[in-house]
Formats: sequence, structure tokens, C-alpha cells
Amino acid sequence: MGMGIDSRNQMAKRAAEEITNGMVVNLGIGIPSLVPNHLSKGTKVMFHAENGITGMGPSPIKGEEDENLCNAGGFPITLNSGGSYCDSAIAFGMIRRGRVDITILGSLQVSQYGDLANWIVPGKKVPGMGGAMELAQKAKKVIVVMSHCDKQGKPKIVSNCSLPLTSAACVDLIITDLAVFKVTEEGLLLTELFAPYSLDYVMNKTGCEFKICENVRKLSY
Amino acid sequence: MENPFGKITTIASVLELFHDGMTLMFGGFGGVGSPPTIIDGILEKGIRELTLIGNDTGFPHIGIGKLVSHERAVKVIASHIGSNPLAGQLMHDGKLEVEFSPQGILAERIRAGGVGLAAVLSDIGMDNEMVSKDKPRFNLDGKDYLIESALTAEVAIVYAKKADEFGNLIYDKSARNTNPLVAMAGNITIAEVEEIVPIGSLNPEEIITPGVFVDYLIPSKGVNWKWAWE
Repeated sequence: MGMGIDSRNQMAKRAAEEITNGMVVNLGIGIPSLVPNHLSKGTKVMFHAENGITGMGPSPIKGEEDENLCNAGGFPITLNSGGSYCDSAIAFGMIRRGRVDITILGSLQVSQYGDLANWIVPGKKVPGMGGAMELAQKAKKVIVVMSHCDKQGKPKIVSNCSLPLTSAACVDLIITDLAVFKVTEEGLLLTELFAPYSLDYVMNKTGCEFKICENVRKLSY
Repeated sequence: MENPFGKITTIASVLELFHDGMTLMFGGFGGVGSPPTIIDGILEKGIRELTLIGNDTGFPHIGIGKLVSHERAVKVIASHIGSNPLAGQLMHDGKLEVEFSPQGILAERIRAGGVGLAAVLSDIGMDNEMVSKDKPRFNLDGKDYLIESALTAEVAIVYAKKADEFGNLIYDKSARNTNPLVAMAGNITIAEVEEIVPIGSLNPEEIITPGVFVDYLIPSKGVNWKWAWE
């Protein structure tokens, strides 16, 4: 597995490559929250949280948490220089108005058309959509970071999602522990492979057809 | 402290405004920024059959979650109940009706109610049955939208850092969240505040909620949500 960083961090590192100077970025919980650790030095990013923060910084050191400064997941955070607070309506206004450049989120399934299903497993409890629909529909670029297969080993990239959709045709880029796909008008395009996986291996683990770009980049972090 | 507008009062006297079967809107996001003293008061008074309107159902022992866990609510309008497993269980058992609204649209519905509008037009979740079911649509300039009705409540409760005697409010960092919206949407709005200062002590440029929207002020007995992450 790579040069020593685990697959979750490999995915986060690849996702971090999408972030350039000056962007406004919203991160979901789980693997996306690892992305800031992999930004190249000096990249100025404003991390956005739906509860009403622009310019989130890293987690506070233990004992310095502020109960009135938490991210949308309820975890204590800090504010970077230039950061600001707003109410939740304004925070979502930024999203719907197209001012959030990238959202990076996890998912249960993604279809070949970029349909996103990340909020309900039928038969299990329904947590509610929170802000996922607005982010999926309105962020300028939607990046999904997820394991290639579920715990039963079934593909999470599928022809058509069997789970209820969060939002249709909204995903731009899929980063898994095996490969990276762009969602195009003609379906999925594999652009990158994580070492040591082969194309055959990825095809076997993917629930739909996909195209392969001419020069597949081999990722080995 | 002078009380020239008669807004500064006690938890005991604001509790007279609460009754069984009422609609109650609350500020807060994941428990952070929900007024703990008022919520504890409602719980102790034994108010039941509430319709709760707010971002989420908090945690089982934090924020509005306490009222939900004690089965004091019959209906919740929220965007998320995942942090309170008891809410999910009650919904599953048919003891709690839950209307889910996308988070930012819920905030706008509350804001619309608070500023005297009937509804907002939204294109969020139009192809999602849970969001679009039974909602009328409106075609504007060739594009379809859902009509998302405005929300108000008999009483709205918010948490703020500071108030002056008129009820002008400033909040504390991310504990602001939905509070400024909820503050506008109550027929009666009660603000629980960390500190009440004389009029003229707040910088007019920094006031977030004008006191016009605030009917009563009560001092907070202190926040209880720092445990949310522990």
C-alpha cells in the first residue's frame, strides 16, 4: 500500500490536489476532513462550514476548545486569520449562489451519470439530508471520496444507484482507494490508478462500464 | 440594571408563555447555540405535545434533544435528526412525526416567516420525493421551482452572548448559526443571554439582531453543549 500512508490519507492527498489558492471549500465528515493535512504549503484556502463559518482552521489543542466554536459536525475548531461568522441562511446562500468552489464528501453509491446517493440506507434509520442536497446541487465542483467497494465487497460505483438519491447528476470527480474517475457527458473516465492496482482489478470491482484515458496516471504516495 | 422596555425578566415568568400543544421554534445547530436554561425550564414545567421547529434534534442530553428524548414533542420540522438516536427511534415507533427540510431551505423558510413573507421559491431537492412531496410548484421565467412555505411559531427561543435593555443581540462565534433567523420568526421571541448590558453599550455597527424582534430577555444559567464532542 503506497509509501506508507494509509488509503484514507491517499484519497485525501489526491483530493487536496484539486484545491488551489483562494478557493472556498466545504468538507464533509470522515475522509474529507483529512484533506487539509495534505494541502501544499502556502495554499490559502477558506474552509466553509454550513453552520456559519468561513475560514476554519485546524482543531484546537486539547484544553483550548471553545464550546461556541464548532464545525457543522459539532467538533471544536479554530478560526484562521481573515475568517468570519455568519448565520446559517447566509452560509447556505454562499452555497446556492455558487460561491463555494469545491465540496468534498463521502458517499454510499455514485452512478455512472454522477448521481449521488449518500443519505439513506433503506430499512435503517433516516437521519435527514442536512445540508447535503444544497452542497451536491450547488457547489461548483463536487468531489466524492469513498472506498471503492462497501463492507460486503459490492461496488459502490454503479450503473444506476439502488439507494435513494441525494441529488442527480451532480458529481464531478470520484476518488476511491483504487482509482480516480472524472464524470463526463459520455459517462465515467478513469484517469488515475492507485498503486499497486491494475485496470483489470478495478474493472472487476466497478459496477458499470467506464472509459479509460490515454495516459493513466499511476498514483503512489 | 434599568428595565426601560420591560423586556428583562425571569425564567419563571417566561415559562407562563408555554403551553401543551404549542409550536416552538429554537435556535441552535447540533446543540450549539440552543438556549439551555429555557429548555430545562420547559422540561421541568412538563410541557407536552410540542411541535418543534429548528435545524436538528441536538443530542439526547444536549439542546432541544432533551425535550425530544423525554417525548415532549409530537412533531419536528428539521433538516437532520442523526445526532439524536432517540429521535430516530421515536420516529420509527410512530411516536414522533418528522418533516425533513433541506438545511439551507429550512433556514430560508424560517427567515421568510421572520420577515413577513409567505414562501420562498427553491430548486433544491425537486427530484427528491421526501422534499418535493405535496409541495406546489411554480414556473418562473420557464423554470420550475418548489414553493417552500414560510415558518413561524407561537414562541421562538434563542441564545445570544450579549443583549442590551432593548433586546439588541450579538452572538458568540458559531453559536450564532440559526439564532438570528429564529429570533425573527416567533410571534413571541425570548432570548437567553450570557450578559445584559445597559443601552448604548453595544456598538450599533455590530448588533446582529435588532431588539425590535426580541420580546423578552432572560439571563442564562450557562451553556451545556461543550460535551457535544466528548
